[in-house]
Amino acid sequence: MRRRPRVASRIFLALIYLFLYAPIFIMIVFSFNASKSRSVWSGFTLDWYTELFSDSMIISSLTTTIGVSVIAAIVATIAGTFAAIGFFNMRKRWRSPLLAINNIPVMNADIVTGVSLCLLFVSLGSVLKYQLGFGTLLIAHITFNIPYVILSVLPKLRQMDRNLVDAAMDLGCTWFQAFYKVIIPEIMPGIINGMMIAFTMSIDDFVISYFTAGSKVQTLSMTIYAMTRMRISPKINAVSTLLFLFILLLLIIINVRQIRQEEREKKLRTLKSK
Amino acid sequence: MKLKYLSAPYIVWMALFVVAPVIIVVVYAFTSAAGEFTFDNFAKMGGYVSVFSRSFLLAIISTAICIIIGYPVAYILSKERARQQRILIMLIMLPMWMNFLLRTYAWMSILENTGLLNRLLTLLGLPAVNIINTPTAIVIGMVYNFLPFMILPIYSVIVKIDRSLIEAAQDLGANAVTVFRRVIFPLSLPGVFSGITMVFVPAVSTFVISQLLGGGANMLLGDLIEMQFLGAAYNPHLGSAIALVMMVIVMICMWLMNKFGAGGEEAVML
Amino acid sequence: MKKRLAALFAALVFVLALISGCSTSKEEVNVYNWGEYIDESLLKEFEKQTGIKVNYSTFTSNEAMYSVLKTGGAHYDVIIPSDYMISRLISEGMLEKLDFSNIPNYSLIDDKYKNLEYDPTGEYSVPYMTGTVGLIYNKAMIPDEIDSWGALFDERYAGLILMFDNSRDAFGVALKYLGYSLNTTNPDELYEAYELIKAQGAVRQAFVMDQIFDKLESGEAAIGPYYAGDYLIMLENNPDLEFVFPKEGTNRFVDAMCIPKGAQNKKNAELFINFMCSTEASLRNMDVVGYTSANREASEQYAAMLDDHAKAILFPSDEILANTEVFLNLPQDILNLYDELWVKIKS
Repeated sequence: MRRRPRVASRIFLALIYLFLYAPIFIMIVFSFNASKSRSVWSGFTLDWYTELFSDSMIISSLTTTIGVSVIAAIVATIAGTFAAIGFFNMRKRWRSPLLAINNIPVMNADIVTGVSLCLLFVSLGSVLKYQLGFGTLLIAHITFNIPYVILSVLPKLRQMDRNLVDAAMDLGCTWFQAFYKVIIPEIMPGIINGMMIAFTMSIDDFVISYFTAGSKVQTLSMTIYAMTRMRISPKINAVSTLLFLFILLLLIIINVRQIRQEEREKKLRTLKSK
Repeated sequence: MKLKYLSAPYIVWMALFVVAPVIIVVVYAFTSAAGEFTFDNFAKMGGYVSVFSRSFLLAIISTAICIIIGYPVAYILSKERARQQRILIMLIMLPMWMNFLLRTYAWMSILENTGLLNRLLTLLGLPAVNIINTPTAIVIGMVYNFLPFMILPIYSVIVKIDRSLIEAAQDLGANAVTVFRRVIFPLSLPGVFSGITMVFVPAVSTFVISQLLGGGANMLLGDLIEMQFLGAAYNPHLGSAIALVMMVIVMICMWLMNKFGAGGEEAVML
Repeated sequence: MKKRLAALFAALVFVLALISGCSTSKEEVNVYNWGEYIDESLLKEFEKQTGIKVNYSTFTSNEAMYSVLKTGGAHYDVIIPSDYMISRLISEGMLEKLDFSNIPNYSLIDDKYKNLEYDPTGEYSVPYMTGTVGLIYNKAMIPDEIDSWGALFDERYAGLILMFDNSRDAFGVALKYLGYSLNTTNPDELYEAYELIKAQGAVRQAFVMDQIFDKLESGEAAIGPYYAGDYLIMLENNPDLEFVFPKEGTNRFVDAMCIPKGAQNKKNAELFINFMCSTEASLRNMDVVGYTSANREASEQYAAMLDDHAKAILFPSDEILANTEVFLNLPQDILNLYDELWVKIKS
């Protein structure tokens, strides 16, 4: 254990965390500022929050964002899991090129994915008489989410012991039951991980949504972007604060559950070893 | 079993929504507005060398800064006690989950000429700085947004390094520096490459950061492409050509990374 | 396991129902307008009066609006571009002819704005607001007498200068300063203007459109070109701001409401246009936005309420008007040159 550098490394860490959080805290503080200034404090007020809640544009884009992210994450998780299992059971000759294509949305810059999907939807749209809207937004989100799910599930499949499946079938399970009761639970951490990544990517996405949502729907990012091109209102600060609190709460819940689960497992282990 | 057919629906999906769009971009890149085959769009790109070089320069600088800051952070975190690690990592992840635009916007209010930074400096009697609307501001914005994406992959790899390897090295007489240099660092490289992937590509193609912090000049590749589709200079053919070039460059970079043993087959969020 | 799946599925169905239920069951109209260019309470008023939901979004410049329309994915029912852009849209067949039987309030529009050069038959557009471009500066930060576009290129104000973030307006400023017409098709003159704007980079703080409000009001910047109506709004928040019509001349414009080809809610669009033409709506709009409405009565009523300073700016003298030029649409090759030069300036 290094003792001397401990202080130095602690200070360094503290500075980094300060760097990461200072802007966020500044945003939060100024969301309560009585004037529109972003650098001069003139008093406390909750006005911006009340304005926020009566701003129908922000509220509707918030619902759109959550709706798209939830649906896309769920669909991508299901589709991605099946696809991963399918890929896993393929011969390498087929699997490698398919995985390479799968990686394209992951490796490509956001803007390339967004622009290419936009061109696709517009060309299809003029033929099928379809417009950009929630549907195309959803398709775009699902498209860039599935690869992350696959990349999350595949390693777990590789780690899984094949014998378990064979053992289950030997013991009388049908293929379907083996799938449900053996494979899925084994790869569940990968599935959950993939779903979380997919959800995060969707909530945070701006560029792809910008090119594929069209005129009828807006995601929260798009609305904020439009707000930054106009007169800036501390409503943006209010949105940041609420978002920050919500995420903080979410992460605390997730972590508390994880801690509890680990402690449960620890107890089981110590009980077993006695 | 016929398990492999489970992936059939996704293969169809990929053909439609991953492969077809790329083909469309290629078609647009090689056609003119009148619909004929041409190399014109690529020829025009020659005029935008400054945009390309600025994008790559700023992206490389930002990635380098992220590594210089991120690696030590990841390493220090990996040495903390388990419970501390969890909380600290969660605190690194939190800003990642906050909206990317909001994080960039936050820096605007700090870096403005009448912003907080300058107010603080003048309060301390120091001269005011003009950072906003310069490439420096863009780099700060990039580093701020992408730092967690560098820290997390490196951290997750270092943490998985087999303790026994370190202990073996120590038993063989290596001091702390040598252990780091010859055991930890080489084994952590896949994490570094992973981080570079997750930082460099967004950095080279962003347009939000340059618009909010760069003042409308200092155009990056992302701005250039955006302009051709939804911005001030409508020319989807030129935009597709630039997008195609960007795709190719990114693929070359990824291939190089793979050659140096990155892997790229896992996506972990801890 | 099964219970969880069932719950997940139910949640999915619920969310889907929520989303789909919220969308296309009511009448709606999609409006695309400049930013800070409407009294938003009017939208709610329209919804109350007609039951038609307004989906309102904004663009930052005529060219950006054109790109969005041309890219094809977005479908708006009402757009409010400027004169020269309307003439471009008409020449490219991108607008619908209006059914004036749904727009009886058209009679309230001042005749001097009807059938202008950009829409000679008047079949495609209904005037919305009119205005001029001028130079706004903070007299506390710049105590000098400003009367020329040259101030925007002056080293004395380095770092405090803002510029239009769209090609026509920015080139317009440069061309006027150099003594050329706003609508010149002479490439040499355009190159001269390009060099001027490029050189301005040394003293310019940023390219802005509506971001100028915050920058000038807070003192982040001290001088920039913008539209007369917006100046009056900024003045309310910072009394140090001055407005001047530069001696080299400037641009005057008319923004008008049109319906893009293929709009899905044409009738609703016409009802919306009709609503915005009404005197009541025009008055409220003028009050919030600051520009001069095309509605004759509203304009006269409002002028009576203004003080001399504001009146001189919103209703400039004939002498000043004579020194203004209107933007015209330019031939395609010149437009391409504009695009090229503009991208070069910003890169």
